[in-house]
Amino acid sequence: MDALVAQLQMQFRDYTISLYQQGFLDDQFTELKKLQDDGSPDFVAEVLSLFFEDCVKLIGNMARALDQTGTVDFSQVGASVHQLKGSSSSVGAKRVKGLCVTFKEYCEAKNYEGCVRCLQQVDIEYKALKTKLQDMFNLEKQIIQAGGRVPQVDIN
Amino acid sequence: MSLFHVLGFGVKIGQLLWMICCWFVSWFVDGGIEDKSGPLVGSVGDPEKTKMTTMKKKNKMCFWNKISSSGLKIPSFSHQFLGSVRFGKTWWRKLVVAWVVFWVLVSFWTFRYFSSQAMEKRKETLASMCDERARMLQDQFNVSMNHVQAMSILISTFHHGKIPSAIDQSTFSEYTDRTSFERPLTSGVAYAMKVLHSEREEFERQQGWTIRRMDSLEQNPAHKDDYDPEALEPSPVQEEYAPVIFAQDTVSHVVSLDMLSGKEDRENVLRARRSGKGVLTAPFPLIKTNRLGVILTFAVYKRDLPSNATPEERIEATNGYLGGVFDIESLVENLLQQLASKQTILVNVYDITNHSQPISMYGSNVSADGLELVSPLNFGDPFRKHEMRCRFKQKPPWPVLSMVTSFGIIVIALLCAHIFHATVSRINKVEEDCHKMEQLKQKAEAADVAKSQFLATVSHEIRTPMNGVLGMLHMLMDTELDVTQQDYVRTAQASGKALVSLINEVLDQAKIESGKLELEEVRFDLRGILDDVLSLFSGKSQEKGVELAVYISDRVPEMLLGDPGRFRQILTNLMGNSIKFTEKGHIFVTVHLMEELLESIDVETASATESTLSGLPVADRQRSWENFKAFSSNGHRSFALSPPEINLIVSVEDTGVGIPLEAQSRIFTPFMQVGPSISRTHGGTGIGLSISKCLVGLMKGEIGFSSTPKVGSTFTFTAVFANGMHSTERKSEPQNNNQPIFSEFRGMKAVVVDHRPARAKVSWYHFQRLGIQVEVVPRVDQALSFMKTCTNTVNMILIDQEIWNREADVFIKKLQKDPLVHSPKLVLLANSIDSSISDTLSTSTDPPVVIVKPLRASMLAATLQRGLGIGNRETPQHKGPPALILRNLLLGRQILIVDDNNVNLRVAAGALKKYGADVVCAESGIKAISLLKPPHEFDACFMDIQMPEMDGFEATRKIRDMEEEMNKRIKSGEALTVPDGNNKSCWHLPVLAMTADVIQATHEECLKCGMDGYVSKPFEAEQLYREVSRFFNSPSDTES
Repeated sequence: MDALVAQLQMQFRDYTISLYQQGFLDDQFTELKKLQDDGSPDFVAEVLSLFFEDCVKLIGNMARALDQTGTVDFSQVGASVHQLKGSSSSVGAKRVKGLCVTFKEYCEAKNYEGCVRCLQQVDIEYKALKTKLQDMFNLEKQIIQAGGRVPQVDIN
Repeated sequence: MSLFHVLGFGVKIGQLLWMICCWFVSWFVDGGIEDKSGPLVGSVGDPEKTKMTTMKKKNKMCFWNKISSSGLKIPSFSHQFLGSVRFGKTWWRKLVVAWVVFWVLVSFWTFRYFSSQAMEKRKETLASMCDERARMLQDQFNVSMNHVQAMSILISTFHHGKIPSAIDQSTFSEYTDRTSFERPLTSGVAYAMKVLHSEREEFERQQGWTIRRMDSLEQNPAHKDDYDPEALEPSPVQEEYAPVIFAQDTVSHVVSLDMLSGKEDRENVLRARRSGKGVLTAPFPLIKTNRLGVILTFAVYKRDLPSNATPEERIEATNGYLGGVFDIESLVENLLQQLASKQTILVNVYDITNHSQPISMYGSNVSADGLELVSPLNFGDPFRKHEMRCRFKQKPPWPVLSMVTSFGIIVIALLCAHIFHATVSRINKVEEDCHKMEQLKQKAEAADVAKSQFLATVSHEIRTPMNGVLGMLHMLMDTELDVTQQDYVRTAQASGKALVSLINEVLDQAKIESGKLELEEVRFDLRGILDDVLSLFSGKSQEKGVELAVYISDRVPEMLLGDPGRFRQILTNLMGNSIKFTEKGHIFVTVHLMEELLESIDVETASATESTLSGLPVADRQRSWENFKAFSSNGHRSFALSPPEINLIVSVEDTGVGIPLEAQSRIFTPFMQVGPSISRTHGGTGIGLSISKCLVGLMKGEIGFSSTPKVGSTFTFTAVFANGMHSTERKSEPQNNNQPIFSEFRGMKAVVVDHRPARAKVSWYHFQRLGIQVEVVPRVDQALSFMKTCTNTVNMILIDQEIWNREADVFIKKLQKDPLVHSPKLVLLANSIDSSISDTLSTSTDPPVVIVKPLRASMLAATLQRGLGIGNRETPQHKGPPALILRNLLLGRQILIVDDNNVNLRVAAGALKKYGADVVCAESGIKAISLLKPPHEFDACFMDIQMPEMDGFEATRKIRDMEEEMNKRIKSGEALTVPDGNNKSCWHLPVLAMTADVIQATHEECLKCGMDGYVSKPFEAEQLYREVSRFFNSPSDTES
């Protein structure tokens, strides 16, 4: 039993570190995790689910705005990007945040193709993050089921 | 500005030149007229003309005065013009052209005027000369004529009146020869008798010759040489004859010629006897000489006729005719020879009896210039008219004067135009240059701002990764490393820290240069800050064995309002420098009020070496501030004008190497160090002092220094703070400004044994702060005697290390020999923990308390507590990780978070909840406002700035408006009761902006619309603490 827990914990640690190393996450995610305590056991999950809902909504908005034939309302797109950027930086979704920065620049430059490309990338990126994080949560759950404790992963 | 100076200068120069020109021209014209009028007056003597000339002169003067006065007006006009309007380029070009044209016209006019003047003068001269000659000729002629008339009377008397005649040819010729001077114009006279045909024969017989006629003579004029009177024909038969009977020798050839036979003579004779007056012939060539002449004829009558006799009576009474020959040509020439300036003029005399054909009597027909003047001549014969025409021989001279004058005018005008043109071009050029310079200046300024901004940005950007580097290094040190690796890491970390501090300094400098550095305005404890700074350097000073001390005057208030961080930075810079360059001796920081120093400035003149802290000589402190404006300007500035302002003067005195004289001038220049070797031996960038200077400037102070090489330096700066204490509080309890933690020492008594007053004063100051009464004595013996005489118990004897080393044994022995009732605790003030002291201490039975300098309140208190074994009360742990304090601060607070972004909202709420705050969320500004209508329960609000519909700025503004309204209502008496009795007298909810971009502009905007501060998203504990702690006192403080 202990061996399983240890193995799972090891797996969890490696996986988390890989997420950081691959640039999916940054310090803010750590901070976020620190905020989770006994008072709010599902804090991170809540915030993340909020974030992904946001992603779906905002990406939908932007896709619709960019889909319009003729004039594209870049300011509207820009507002959505800004929102997304704020959210992603709050949860520490580093790659999404980075993309948003580029996206915003394209938006300000009114570069239609760049925007479309960025939008696609953001879509891919957030979905990738979502799967990764789901894997991570699954691991956490397994650890807890196995009766272990989710280890604190010190990235630094 | 300088443009106008140049302009003014140019205009002034122009004016000067203009004045000179005017003056010169007026003088010239004036002189010219005077010169001219001189001869006019002299030669003509006509007062009328003189008057006219002077009048003209006056007119001219007026004219010039006008011009020069208008010239005076020009500069002021141009001044105004230049001041207000930019020069139209064409305007002044036109002006110059008009000017030149005007003056060319003026010069032509002048030329004409002068020429005509000269001409007139010439004419007048000629007229006068002509008149003179005419009159003279006329006079001479009249004289001759009178004499001829007199001769006619002579003949009538002596020839006809006497029988036989008293005159014969020889008598006549002799007489006439001898009286010829009386008739200057006549070449000869002759007398012809009237002979009727009936008397001819008789007459011829009497005379012995026949009457001959003249016609043939006239027809073929003969020369003098072959003139033969005998060859002439005898006169034909006539009714009457007028043969010449007497003649002057010069004309003796006319004897026996019949005058009536000559055409001219006949007419003349007939006219003469009819009129009874002298009659002239027209000029004709004379017989024999063949020269041009006229003949004057007078009739000789038998009796004296009345003047009103008729012609018939006259003819009837005629006896003969007397004729005078005027050889006009030679005679006039003779006459003119006698007159002056005969060469200059040509004279012609004409007979103009027949107007259409004037007969020239004298003069050549040489053509001269056109100027000819005519004077009438009157020779006494009304029938004949004569005139004299005069001309100048030479052509008129070139009109040099007028040419020079007009040329001069043109030259001056051109010069003026040139000056004006040059001035205006210069002005334009300067203006253009100025404009260019302005642009360049703007560019340069922009570049400077850009540089500062670049520096600020870059430093900021470098800092972030450097923090990572340093953090990593720190963690690396905690891992297992061998000694070499440890060393490497330590070196890397030290370098990194140095880099960060340098970047901070550069950032500061850049901020100061771009004017973005603003000082805070918070309450702070000056003594605490100095204690902190002292602790910072205590390690180093102990290492070097340098004594570090602080003395703050009692009159400096406990709490000040200002920027403690920056004040601390200045002090750290100065003290860091001092520590760096001091190897032995002391570093002494003193803080006084400016007034204090002003009062004591005269007393503190002689500072003996002995009185310094460590006994080493120091640089003259006063010299470091003698250049301060506060001291120099009006001597003792009155500080009473602004009582809440505290003028501090801080000196940092060291006994280091000093600053070389040649480097002293550039000590405050950034990146300037004394020499290149300094940075190698001591490190540093040389930016610290320049930053300090800027900071001091921001604190409305001044910084100065005095330094003596090899002796030491003293830096002094002043700074203005506001008093952080309420004046009433301070006045009522002046001693009660000690911190409560030191209360256990109150009432204690101590004796300081120190022979150096400065050091004793420092010790006294620090113990006084703890509430301990201190007595200073210079020697140990005196301390003991003091203790004996003193009524109160002495708790402590404070002995400096120096004295201890010298007199410890004696002292201990004395104490042992003569023990006091309450043996006081020995306190040793040591510079560093030497082995020697430790040795002594270990041998002693009652080991003294050792306090290692620098003295500072907290350390002192702790050491004394330990040593005396009293009140080991734990001081409340104020310091700690920010999270803990944050928890303290935020526990139970009602906080509203406003953000349109769900995720952000959630995260922020989570963060604040973690610190124990009760968090309420709002998704929009509008909702936030509805929640924040006073009275409400919130203690603070965190507001996102960028929100749709209503952004953070606007929401805050609305909130502030509502609060103000509420406050007004409260003030006006409509006190509102809040259910839980929490009656606030003044509503002001702390609103903090949450923003991702932390740039200065946003910060300013935040403050402008009423926000109290800002925190960056996502939250950082430290920053959050910094901002929050400004509004929330720790709850334990407020509740207890």
